[in-house]
Amino acid sequence: MKKITLNVNGQRHIVAVDPETPLLFVLNDELGLRGPRFGCGMAQCGACTVIMRRQIVRSCVMPVRLVGQDEVTTLEGLGTPEKPHPIQQAFIEEGAAQCGFCLSGVILTAKAVLDTKPDASDQEMRDALGGILCRCFTHTRMLRAIRKYAEARRA
Amino acid sequence: MTQSRREFLESCGALIVIFSAGSLSVLPAEGQGPFATHPSHIDPERLDSWLAVGADGIVRAYTGKCDFGQGIFTAQSQLVAEELCVPIDRVKLIQCDTSVCPDQGTTSGSQSTPTNFNTENLALAAATAREALLQLAAVKLGEPVEHLTVADGVISSSRGHHVRYEELIGNKHFNLPLSSTAKRRSPPDWTVLGKPIPSLDRIALMTGQFEFVHHVRMPGMLHGRVVRPPEMGATVAHIDEQSVRSVPGLVKVVVRKNFVGVVAETQYQAGLAARKLAVQWNPGPELPSQSGFFEYLQKRPSHDVLSVDSQDIEAQLASAGCVVRAKYTYPYQMHGSVGVSCAVADVTLERATIWSATQSVYPSRSIIAKLLDKPIDKVRVIYVRGSGCYGLNGADAVSFDAAILSQAVGRPVRLQFSRQDEMMWENFGSACVVEHRAGLARDARIVAWDRKDWVASLGNRPGYDQPGNVITGMLLGYEPELPKPGSAKPPRGKLRNQSNTVPSYFAGCIGGSCGGDGTIRSERALTHTVRSPFFTGPLRSPLRIQNTFANECFMDELCAQAKADPVAFRLQHLRNSRVIGVLKAVATAASWQARPSPRADISRTQTVSGRGIACVAYEGDNGYAALVAEVDVDLQTGAVRPKRFVIALDCGPVSNPDGLRNQTEGGILQGMSRALVEEVTWDNRRVTSVDWETYNSLHLDYEMPTVEMVFVTPADVPATGAGETAITVTPAAIGNAIFDATAARLRTLPFTPERVKAAMLESAQSAERA
Repeated sequence: MKKITLNVNGQRHIVAVDPETPLLFVLNDELGLRGPRFGCGMAQCGACTVIMRRQIVRSCVMPVRLVGQDEVTTLEGLGTPEKPHPIQQAFIEEGAAQCGFCLSGVILTAKAVLDTKPDASDQEMRDALGGILCRCFTHTRMLRAIRKYAEARRA
Repeated sequence: MTQSRREFLESCGALIVIFSAGSLSVLPAEGQGPFATHPSHIDPERLDSWLAVGADGIVRAYTGKCDFGQGIFTAQSQLVAEELCVPIDRVKLIQCDTSVCPDQGTTSGSQSTPTNFNTENLALAAATAREALLQLAAVKLGEPVEHLTVADGVISSSRGHHVRYEELIGNKHFNLPLSSTAKRRSPPDWTVLGKPIPSLDRIALMTGQFEFVHHVRMPGMLHGRVVRPPEMGATVAHIDEQSVRSVPGLVKVVVRKNFVGVVAETQYQAGLAARKLAVQWNPGPELPSQSGFFEYLQKRPSHDVLSVDSQDIEAQLASAGCVVRAKYTYPYQMHGSVGVSCAVADVTLERATIWSATQSVYPSRSIIAKLLDKPIDKVRVIYVRGSGCYGLNGADAVSFDAAILSQAVGRPVRLQFSRQDEMMWENFGSACVVEHRAGLARDARIVAWDRKDWVASLGNRPGYDQPGNVITGMLLGYEPELPKPGSAKPPRGKLRNQSNTVPSYFAGCIGGSCGGDGTIRSERALTHTVRSPFFTGPLRSPLRIQNTFANECFMDELCAQAKADPVAFRLQHLRNSRVIGVLKAVATAASWQARPSPRADISRTQTVSGRGIACVAYEGDNGYAALVAEVDVDLQTGAVRPKRFVIALDCGPVSNPDGLRNQTEGGILQGMSRALVEEVTWDNRRVTSVDWETYNSLHLDYEMPTVEMVFVTPADVPATGAGETAITVTPAAIGNAIFDATAARLRTLPFTPERVKAAMLESAQSAERA
């Protein structure tokens, strides 16, 4: 066990954990966050996605000792139920979920892409989403929501 | 918040815990409804078992049908709001908690809508409550019921007096049975049902606040992992507990017969212990080879059932102008939930509480009582949503596992599977073989159709008393449900077509009564159920998708043989007006051009295009769909690329059009993934498709086709299921479109580029021979 300081969603946390523990387990079990979820534990599906340094990170394979002082943003770090982030709002308006388990990967990946490249094409967006799995196959609505957000962002 | 949860549960059954969007909330009892009752007192014949009006005007409704992403939470809330004439935000739905909800078995088989939205159960309870409230108001306001109107939970009299529901019944029992004569509000009058109300879980989902079963936490909770055998049938030879002595936080190695698990303080430590635990396993039997599996299946002893047999099939085929034969095969496929299965169990000496994503809280309660050797009324199973399941994924097994681990350590245990635990040991969708023979008359009508299928089967849902139907029970020594070899008896009674074994074109005549949807009177359908080497169980459209793929593609072969248009030829052989209705509707919506397949102008260019159609009466009478698929096929690579789907759907009155669209889009695209890429694989010892590198699914980078849909709603029909109808017709429509584009017939799923190329080569060779 080791004391580790983490910066998550704008707050500082000190946790006492084995430094090899995947970041995901710390976010779920120590900080009680629900956005990132365990899908595969092998960085194959994206359900555990968080954003660090404007990049998407698969928190299921990231040992917590490697996180350092970088700010970690999870799905709940974007917006709140009362004031959702515009990309969350677009997903709400399009009803772009069924079970919703995969949403961290979908929403955070799309946001990271558009933060870096606001005029990303549909093809570039799809390429970035290549590692994300939605087994309910809500693909069409999700891409519609992403496009809606991207257009509003450019306007 | 989590601390209070356990205290409440420990102290008193008269408190309700709701796991819903947002945060956990604990609601006080209101001395009404099933709140403080013993589970066996939840009598579905009594109104108070289904509904309660609080002093605050909130209507609490209790249902045994749960939402795992298909939208039934929202639709049931709409139903209650509609029948009671209250705004939907005043309805609080409590789903699938064995201590407070009526036992409605399993949420499956597209049965939630037929069960709760027609003239029984939740719908009848809400209608009964409205009529009872009107009666109470009539007394209170001194005017006859006919002079009263109701809106937003307020009853008004013709003389201008008003009374609110909560003033009439707030916090009190109705003390009434369900009234079989209570009148449902009719669809033309609906103001909440039938409207595209945004799904109620949406905001919590998108903002990361939604509580899945994976998030349930208890004070003092430990983490478990299971250590599964390396292969089917392996048994424990020896366990070296010393191998995990050095793992920090390890609490216990739990062994019961061949069930092995570990419990530790943290998830990480439990994972370490599971990996390090040295278990010697006695090997299981060698597996039949995958390449020869379908032939193997056809040679095994089988349990045989005749769905229909006109007993003239051989004579009719012998005199037919032309006989067409084909064999179709369908692989094992997976539920493959994106999230692994998870459950939390708190088993004390006194009682057991399980938070579970099972579709079957009541059946699971019985199984858990048996596994823990506890009286059934000391076990409570509370549904908390998991990752989308599409049927029997690992949710039941993980709940049983968690209960065993918690009992062994006497503390609450959260158990989450590894990806491999999930994918290696779930109950797969069955592999099948279907053989068809059909005779065409000189006028190109089908005169006789003979159909045999072989279905691989082992285990199933555990139900109330068969733990061995899933891996946990088998490891504990319980036998799985097995097909008992035996020959078929002549069919009796009414035609049963729950698995869509019988094609829509059969007259389906048994003893003079014809329950089929078609006109073919020389007909036989014989099913051989064979022991599977792997567990099998219901996977979205179980056997319906396999059978419909084989039936609708073979029908397309007959159309081609008759040189007939696939829509017109189908219509010639159909009697059921609702199947006919969706076929005609989809042909119009897709601007279907009548002509035979394959298209005459197949080009030699790189990419060719084609269209195909398929239709079904789901389970015989539980929803009707016809789907047109338009696909491109790359002649060089054999890659199939669906471009457009158009579907016509008839599921009676629609509760929520947006929810139905979401389910239908998802169904078609999931069906497309199954048709194009999904297949369980194995070697001579074990399943080898155990993660997303080895089991294929279309990821979010796949360029999705457009999906268009029309709903056909005849007047005065009951509501049917809808969540499985669209997926059922998808592989067949794609297969038929590939044939239209290339003249190559795909008779095996998935339609991989290699298989498409091989079929194109075979088709070219047979054209040359001709």
